[in-house]
Order: sequence, then structure tokens, then C-alpha cells
Amino acid sequence: MVITVDRERCASSGQCALAAPEVFTQDEEDGRVVLLDENATGPEVRRAITGCPTQAIRST
Amino acid sequence: MRPLPTDRGTCPFDPPAGMADEPLSRVRLANGDDVWLVARHDLVRQVLGDTRFSSEIDGGFRDVPLHAVRPEPGMFIQMDPPEHTRLRRLLAGRFTVQRMHRLRPRIEQIVAERLDALERAPRPADLVAEFALPIPSLVICELLGVPYAERAEFQRAGAHLMSLTGSLEELEQSLMSLGGYLTELIARKRAEPGDGLLDDLLDSGLSDEELIGIAVLLLIAGHETTGNMLALGTLLLLQHPAQLALVRQSPETAKTAVDELLRYLSIVDVGMYRRASTDLELDGQVIREDEFVTCSLAAANRDPALLERPDELDVTRPKAPHVAFGFGPHQCIGQNLARLEMEIAYPALFRRLPGLRLAVPLEKVPFKNDMAIYGVHRLEVEW
Ligand code: SF4
Repeated sequence: MVITVDRERCASSGQCALAAPEVFTQDEEDGRVVLLDENATGPEVRRAITGCPTQAIRST
Repeated sequence: MRPLPTDRGTCPFDPPAGMADEPLSRVRLANGDDVWLVARHDLVRQVLGDTRFSSEIDGGFRDVPLHAVRPEPGMFIQMDPPEHTRLRRLLAGRFTVQRMHRLRPRIEQIVAERLDALERAPRPADLVAEFALPIPSLVICELLGVPYAERAEFQRAGAHLMSLTGSLEELEQSLMSLGGYLTELIARKRAEPGDGLLDDLLDSGLSDEELIGIAVLLLIAGHETTGNMLALGTLLLLQHPAQLALVRQSPETAKTAVDELLRYLSIVDVGMYRRASTDLELDGQVIREDEFVTCSLAAANRDPALLERPDELDVTRPKAPHVAFGFGPHQCIGQNLARLEMEIAYPALFRRLPGLRLAVPLEKVPFKNDMAIYGVHRLEVEW
């Protein structure tokens, strides 16, 4: 499983960074998602995926 | 055609009766406009996540028809991509989870000062005026970079703007005077920049009109909403003493409680409108171009498909993907700030005043049944 993020879709909501701070953080300039660990798994990652308001996070 | 439900019936903490009767139906607003009402969690997410449901309208504010108002400069809540994206990205860096983390000590200090003031106030005290409204207002001043000496004036202008019981003329007047103050503030900042959000935006290519629009939007969005959540959430917890005790005792529970209270109360319910920019299909139904759509966030947040026992308040449950802050590219930009304010303020209040109780019967509490953002006008408390 590999996580990918679509920074064009991202609306800088920070929901992912809130749900899984070890895996996602936000760019200090424009608040967009920054992926810290593309191989992470677990319930927090799943929660970040379902919680993202723009469906910018995928796991494939 | 049935009117948009507004009657909360027997419980002031539940969504208006009949709101969730049909997942998708036509309703008539008080201003005479007929709109689609969406009241199921998955459909609400679908509408708010799809920018073909355009945001380029005003909020159907008061009695104003939906198509009568043009978006003001800087009001990115009423814009679609790419303008919306451009403005939002300019601001979003100021609201990141990391930034909010750094704001925590300042918010703790503001909350402690308001608790001191509350303790000094004559009893019974009004929790709204002494605690719930000043906290977000002072936090917004801090964030925008409003000088200390002017915060009282700014708060007054903001509070006036928020008392939406006046006429439309009064509202326009208070907006004008706030706009006047902000014009002058921005001019002073151009001469001598400080370190607030407005200062940061001075060189970002925005016009003064856009800067003022942004400031007014952040003020409105960050002030009334959090203020209402603090007061209404406290009132709800006072009805559930066991849950309140959990919030007081455990910082972990104070965190989960915030999202549960947001979900359960959904104080912004049907205020956000969308316009179909082309013929669109929703749940097998064609929404014609230029028809308006509104979503009941309250109904969506009590949808049994979202979580188990949706009508039960449980401050310990893990955060559900609720839509209290909306959904899609417009989802509340200040949500992590709002969360932090609540996460700090509720337990601090319950710890400082362990004997906190309502000073009047629940039936005597003036609920904001007539307003876009739900809450209480006053909350008389004793301790
Ligand atoms: S949750 Fe989605 S929209 Fe929000 S910051 Fe993360 S990727 Fe971006």
C-alpha cells in the first residue's frame, strides 16, 4: 500500500494532519498537505482518507 | 410546497423537526425562494464536494433573495475556483495545525483572563457576554493583528454586526463602520507593518477592498460561530453532568468532546447555498441549471449511516467525519482554530467553576431560533 496526495485538489483543511500527524503535515506557506510517510498504514491513515474534504488522499 | 423546517419542537438541541424526512426535497425559504434541501450525509458531501454546485451567490441572508446579491471583494466563501483557490491558499498557511499549536499559550491566557472577569462579574452572570463571545473575538484580534488599545472598539463593532435582530439598513450601517475602521487600520499597517495576518497579506497583491473583505469574513466566521458553540455546548453539557465530568477530567476526552459537540449541535445548519452551474444529477434527480441547493448539516450529522446512535451525545466517541464545518474546498478554513479554542475553554471553565449551573430554568433560556447560526442569546449562570 502506498499513499499518494493530490496537492492540486487539497484545500488546506488540515484534517489529515489532525488525524495522522506522523503521516501528514501542512505546508507553512499555503497550508497544503505534505506527505511525511507514504508507506504508513493503520486506522489513523484510514480516518485521514475518509475525513479529507476534497478526496485528495489515496491509498493504492 | 413545504416551508424549510425551522421548528425545533421538543428539544432545543435537536435539528428542526422534519429536517431529515426526505433525503432530497423542494422547500420554500422565508424569502420566497424555492430551493432543493439535501438532508442525507452522503448527498451533502456530494453537493459540497462538487464545485459545479457553485458558491457564487450570497448566503440567502435574512430576507434577501438568493440571486439578488453579488459577491463582495475578498469574500472567498462566495467564490468558485480559481479565484477561491487563490485567496484561500494565501490565507491557509496562517491556519495550519502547526500554527494553531503555537497559538495555544496565547489562547490559554485569553481564556484564563476571561475566567477572571467572569468570577468578578455580578451574579448570576451571562456566560455569553463574559466568556463565550469575548474569547473568539480576542483570538481573532490577535490573529488579524488588531492593536490592543483598539480591541474593545473592534469587539463592539463585531458584536453589533452579530446582533442580527436589527433591520437590513442597520446591518449595512454596522458593516460600513467596521469597513471604515478596517480601511484606516490597513492604511496604518501599510505605514508601519506588524505581525498579524493582515500585515502578512499587505504585499500579496490584494487590493484594500479584498483585504477588508477577508478581514470582515474572518471576523464574522470566527466570532459568532465559536461563541455560540462555547455557550450552547456548555449548556448541553450542563444537561449531561456525567459527560461534563468526563470533559473536566480528561484532556483526551476534552478533544473528542469538541467534535462530538460540533456534530451534535451543528449550529450552522442550512445557511450555505449552492447554485447548479449546469444541469446536474443528484440521487437520480436532475437539478436544473440555476436552481439553488441547500444542505442540512444538522440532518447529515445525525444520519445513522454516519455513525451509530446518532441522537446520543457521547463525548468519548472517536471523531466521526461529520460536516459541521462543511465539506469540500470551502470547508471552514478556521476549523482547527475553533477546535483549539473549544478544547481549551470548556475544561478550563468546568475546572475553575466546578459548581457551574444554570441560573434559570431551561425553558427560560433565549435560544436563537430566528438566526442563521444557532445558539443562545444569553446564558445566565451561577456557581
Ligand atoms: S485533509 Fe485533504 S484537503 Fe485537508 S489538508 Fe489534508 S489533503 Fe488537504
